[in-house]
Amino acid sequence: MVRKFLCLSILLSIFWLGFSNSVQAAGDGESKTGFLIPHVMDNYEWHFATIGHTHVTLPLPVIIYSPDQGLEFFLSSDFQNHETHKFGKDYGVGGYYIDENYDLHALDELRTFYDFSITKNVMMMFIIIAILLYLMISTANHYKRLPGTAPKGIASFIEPIVIFVRDEIALTQIGHKHYRRFTPYLLTLFFFIWVGNLVGLFPEAGNLTGNIAFTLTLGVFTLILTVFNGNKGYWKHIFMPPGVPVLLLPIIVPVEIFGILTKPASLVVRLFVAITAGHIVILSFIALIFVFESLAVGVASTVMLVFINFIEILVATIQAYVFTLFTAMYVGTAVAEEDHH
Amino acid sequence: MGLITPGLGLVFWSALGFLIVLFLLTKFAWKPILAALDEREKIIDDALKSAEIARNEMANLKAENERIIHEAKIERDTMLLKASEAAKQMIEEAKEKAQLEGAKMIENAKATIETEKSAAIEDIKVQVGILSLAVAEKLLKRNFAEDAAQQKLVEELVKDIKLN
Repeated sequence: MVRKFLCLSILLSIFWLGFSNSVQAAGDGESKTGFLIPHVMDNYEWHFATIGHTHVTLPLPVIIYSPDQGLEFFLSSDFQNHETHKFGKDYGVGGYYIDENYDLHALDELRTFYDFSITKNVMMMFIIIAILLYLMISTANHYKRLPGTAPKGIASFIEPIVIFVRDEIALTQIGHKHYRRFTPYLLTLFFFIWVGNLVGLFPEAGNLTGNIAFTLTLGVFTLILTVFNGNKGYWKHIFMPPGVPVLLLPIIVPVEIFGILTKPASLVVRLFVAITAGHIVILSFIALIFVFESLAVGVASTVMLVFINFIEILVATIQAYVFTLFTAMYVGTAVAEEDHH
Repeated sequence: MGLITPGLGLVFWSALGFLIVLFLLTKFAWKPILAALDEREKIIDDALKSAEIARNEMANLKAENERIIHEAKIERDTMLLKASEAAKQMIEEAKEKAQLEGAKMIENAKATIETEKSAAIEDIKVQVGILSLAVAEKLLKRNFAEDAAQQKLVEELVKDIKLN
């Protein structure tokens, strides 16, 4: 809905300010489509809009740890030119600078340092966490306040999803014996990704769930959960797959071991690609308006944008479901009883 | 931080954030929610089960009632049968008794008659005796001159005697 209004407003601004050749998209401003990739990437500042020459931004903390200098704190605005709001090597602070591609470097290239900045995506995550905690704790409070009654309000919205994750994902994939142990994790995973995907669809929101670092983290958690819960049967299937001729074992066993990694890796890549690609498609349709600067393209793009946005809402849900489902499936194979086969 | 190269900072914050959310939600949301759901499902299950039990009990009660009614009917029928039999028997007995009584009475009557009869005959005998004596007396009183007159007199006297 918000993006729809944004699209409409962009369309109107082009229509009314058609004379202005200086209309440019948000982003680096170097070309009319240059905002595309930086938009789906992480950033040290949170840029909302550029109105005339005024940049509406939220400067974010830059936190750097280096073995020689310890923890250092800066603000992203420290690294910018105050007039143009551009990052660059010329605006370094404390021996660090952020380049035009939003990468943090040390002026002394040989220094090692670790970047723990509260970036745009980290801020996004804090917002998602706040939404999640609010939603779920108010749901839980309903049950505490009115035990044994039918769900009302937020609880009536959350409860069916909780039941779905518990019964359709955890129970069917993991089985009766172990599913209760993993249900809280799967619920957290599902809602975290889902809310992250949906919040990420807002204009100028950070693309957290479409960031490879975030999906990698979740994928590693899935890997850890699978490997640490693997029972005897699970490892036996990897190192001594039943029914495989001995001659094939030197081929099958490495493949199986590799499979331990590729399974979560597929999750990492799938979520990253699905969400990032969706954002790029949406941004591309916006970019078309600026490239062609024509009313017809503007109308057509806007119609397409609304359509793509609906698809993205669907994708947001499907991807959260798929990630949770496959995590449950991997955990399910790890804890499965032997007689199941 | 590139598009496909994961940044260490975000990995760190994601892991930290996710674990904190996992902990907080598990403690303050999922456990109470799942417990409440379990409890409600249990309540529903119990309610369904008790409804089933109540239904069964109802059916049992109905069967029991029917059985009792059936038994009562049978009992009533047997009682009626017995009563009618008893009545019949009583009538029968009464009849028998009446017959017996009648027979007895007849017997008694016969005996009485017999007694009376013998008494009467005795009486007659006595009377005959008395009469005979009277006749004899009269005869004696008269003259036994004429046999014919004597004979005639005897006949007349005998004619006068009525044996009843």
